[in-house]
Amino acid sequence: MTLPALPVTVIGGYLGAGKTTLVNHLLRTSGLRLAVMVNEFGALPIDRDLIEAEDDALISISGGCVCCEYGDDMVSALMKITEMADSIDHVILESSGVAIPGSIMASLLFVDGLRGDGVVVMADAAEIRNTAANTYLTDTIQRQLRDADILVLNKADLVSEADLEATRTWLRTEVPGTRIVEAAHGKVSPQVLLGAIPLPRQGHKVTGHADGLFHSRVLQPEGTIDPVALARELAEGDLGLVRAKGYLPKEGGGMSLIQIVGLRWSVEEAEDGHAPGIVCIGLKATFDPARLEKLGQLDPV
Amino acid sequence: MTTIYQAKKILTMSATRPVATHVAVRDGKILGAGTLEELERWGDYRLDTTFADKVLMPGLVEGHAHSFEGLTWDDTYVGWFDRRDPDGRTWDGVRTIDALVDRMTAANAAAPGTDVLVGWGLDPIYMGNTRVTRADLDRISTDRPILIVHASGHMYSLNSRAFEMLNMLKPGMNAEGIPLADDGLPMGELRGLELMVPASVKLGYDRMARQQTPGCMDAFARLCVRAGVTTCADLARMLDDDQVAALLRDTGAKDYPVCIVPYMHINGRTTDDLFAFLKKIIPQSTDRCQFGAIKAHADGSIQGFTGRLNWPHYQNGAPNGMWYVTPEKLGEVYERALEAGILVHTHTNGDEASQLAIELVEGALKKHPSFDHRFTLQHCQMATQAQFRKMKSLGMCVNLFANHHFFWGDEHYKYTVGPERAERMNACRTALDTGVPMAIHSDAPVTPLGPLFTAWAAVTRRTASNRVQGTGERITVPEALEAITLGAAFTMGMDHLVGSIEAGKRADFCVLEADPLEADAETLKDIPVWGTVQGGRIFAAETI
Repeated sequence: MTLPALPVTVIGGYLGAGKTTLVNHLLRTSGLRLAVMVNEFGALPIDRDLIEAEDDALISISGGCVCCEYGDDMVSALMKITEMADSIDHVILESSGVAIPGSIMASLLFVDGLRGDGVVVMADAAEIRNTAANTYLTDTIQRQLRDADILVLNKADLVSEADLEATRTWLRTEVPGTRIVEAAHGKVSPQVLLGAIPLPRQGHKVTGHADGLFHSRVLQPEGTIDPVALARELAEGDLGLVRAKGYLPKEGGGMSLIQIVGLRWSVEEAEDGHAPGIVCIGLKATFDPARLEKLGQLDPV
Repeated sequence: MTTIYQAKKILTMSATRPVATHVAVRDGKILGAGTLEELERWGDYRLDTTFADKVLMPGLVEGHAHSFEGLTWDDTYVGWFDRRDPDGRTWDGVRTIDALVDRMTAANAAAPGTDVLVGWGLDPIYMGNTRVTRADLDRISTDRPILIVHASGHMYSLNSRAFEMLNMLKPGMNAEGIPLADDGLPMGELRGLELMVPASVKLGYDRMARQQTPGCMDAFARLCVRAGVTTCADLARMLDDDQVAALLRDTGAKDYPVCIVPYMHINGRTTDDLFAFLKKIIPQSTDRCQFGAIKAHADGSIQGFTGRLNWPHYQNGAPNGMWYVTPEKLGEVYERALEAGILVHTHTNGDEASQLAIELVEGALKKHPSFDHRFTLQHCQMATQAQFRKMKSLGMCVNLFANHHFFWGDEHYKYTVGPERAERMNACRTALDTGVPMAIHSDAPVTPLGPLFTAWAAVTRRTASNRVQGTGERITVPEALEAITLGAAFTMGMDHLVGSIEAGKRADFCVLEADPLEADAETLKDIPVWGTVQGGRIFAAETI
């Protein structure tokens, strides 16, 4: 059996937004074996205490994680990562400050065994409006923000509530519909960002995921349902979901794996044997379980 | 031992003694230029009359080319214009899709295999913007992948087998850079570097790896001799220990005919690493391989719509290009380079990119005042008069892309920026009148290496359709000849070494069959190059 495609999350955003801090947070908390790809090693991308060993090409990190640099040849670096697929759960690709994350996702088309999971764009709550006002950078910042499936408004603790509200309002005009998660020190639930969601297993309930910012429910659609239509509705239906993931039985056997990251959705074929149900995670501020309930039975997590 | 070369005429490019008949050379350097009587006082000499009926100029200096031009000839040339290869064979331009198919079919027959078959230089713009389809290329082969690189460098055409290998010959390829045919399958093009670079890797077309093969630098050197070039900026090498060793090995061959000046690209290293590495390799420089300068890319290309333009941007409303570096990193490199006394050349195509670079240089100069830094904007194709004035104030230089005006001027006039800005592109007259030290270049292999052609392009400002575009920006023949010798040498910080025929300089000559100052300006590009003398060694184009 071939391994399922390795998910890749692109982390974008301008210099100083906190990309590196977020990566280190994910390394410490996700519980996943992450392969972190950075543009270049030099600027200490990984906290010292996490590093187990270093050589020219690879940094070994505690918890089975690794870090490598991709420089000017991202695709070759990605191909090398796929050779490690059986010891890696998720790839994090940290983009350079002026990169357009959507373009990076396009590069993934070429690499067998990888699946673009989503684009997380970091914005510095104190600086994003200033950076976007720099006429050299205005459109670059706009394109980065528009490519975000999840936008992390970082360093929210460093600005006054009034400033934060002004930035929220500005972002809602710039990128209406984009899921915005506020954070301090890059601390965002890895389950939300990476979809490392403990899925329902036969006879077990899902417990204890996400943190205080989020609500979670397990959706059990009734009857047979078109997985594509459901995925589209979960992503685009203004339900306030940030992440959703789960399996549904297909008519005539087999299952569909549905994954939602902000407005991005995907449906893949999967083998039988998974417990049906979609774990849905939304921001408390915007998630309204009553609306989700129209799609099927909701179980608490 | 002294050799005195006799010539029909020697254009020294030196104001004090612009013309001579003889030049004396010892130890690869020039003792002096003048009459035989004047030079005889240097003692025993051998009179060399090889050039008695030739015209000597200083060895031409190409301020912006890429040595991987030497590699491109391993693949098949399919461009619109006739072009000469390193062996001196001229390949006819490919004018129709049938001709493209024929040429590639012949290449396939000549070197059969299963690896990717590459053609380069295709420019369907000149074929009435015909689009080359997958089916067209399937006529060459259906079981060998075919990859055609377009002249702009921003598009590939592929056959079905290549799309299959890319896992893309299927419906639902929903990406901006993959145009679909009516049947929902890719029509044959792949656009944009973010798709092209990975496609190259996957199809096994790996240019970086081949650059270290000895044949590359040799083939490039032969092109230099044919073009009269004795010093050439290799403008952007991703240098590491292996690349440095390969360069020193290749240029260290006893009969290597060019001084290569590799500019180290800022990408792929932290700023600390970049300067530490330069510090390490600068002492390894030789007379034929001079390390120590830096290249940065600020933006992309105008015809690829990746250049950064000031308002009113692209006339078709395309998004305003891409930054290839953050302003912070570029500014940091400038500061560190000024501090270390290292030269930086920056690729800026659009006028917004030029503006950014100018502002960053100004900021860096305030921290590290430097009175002779020679930071140069490369291409700088759309610079305004105000930008040239600012560059002059800051002591910056420019290397304008005169060849581009010929090859893409019509396209800029019609499609990208329109007449007003197309006419001011590569503004040589403005640069000189403003007092900005200026070179002009080919960017080979983007356009063919040939400084005399480049000079002709700057003098006539003719486009491929033979229109004169931007009459007011034309320069004179003497000005153009200076740009391809001393002008380029100045921007490279080498005007004390090369660029004119004067006592103490390297014995580098370009040997011509006719006098460019006497020739009709329109025929400048057609003056035959006999060969070169580099460091006192003679290289004839015919036998190179």
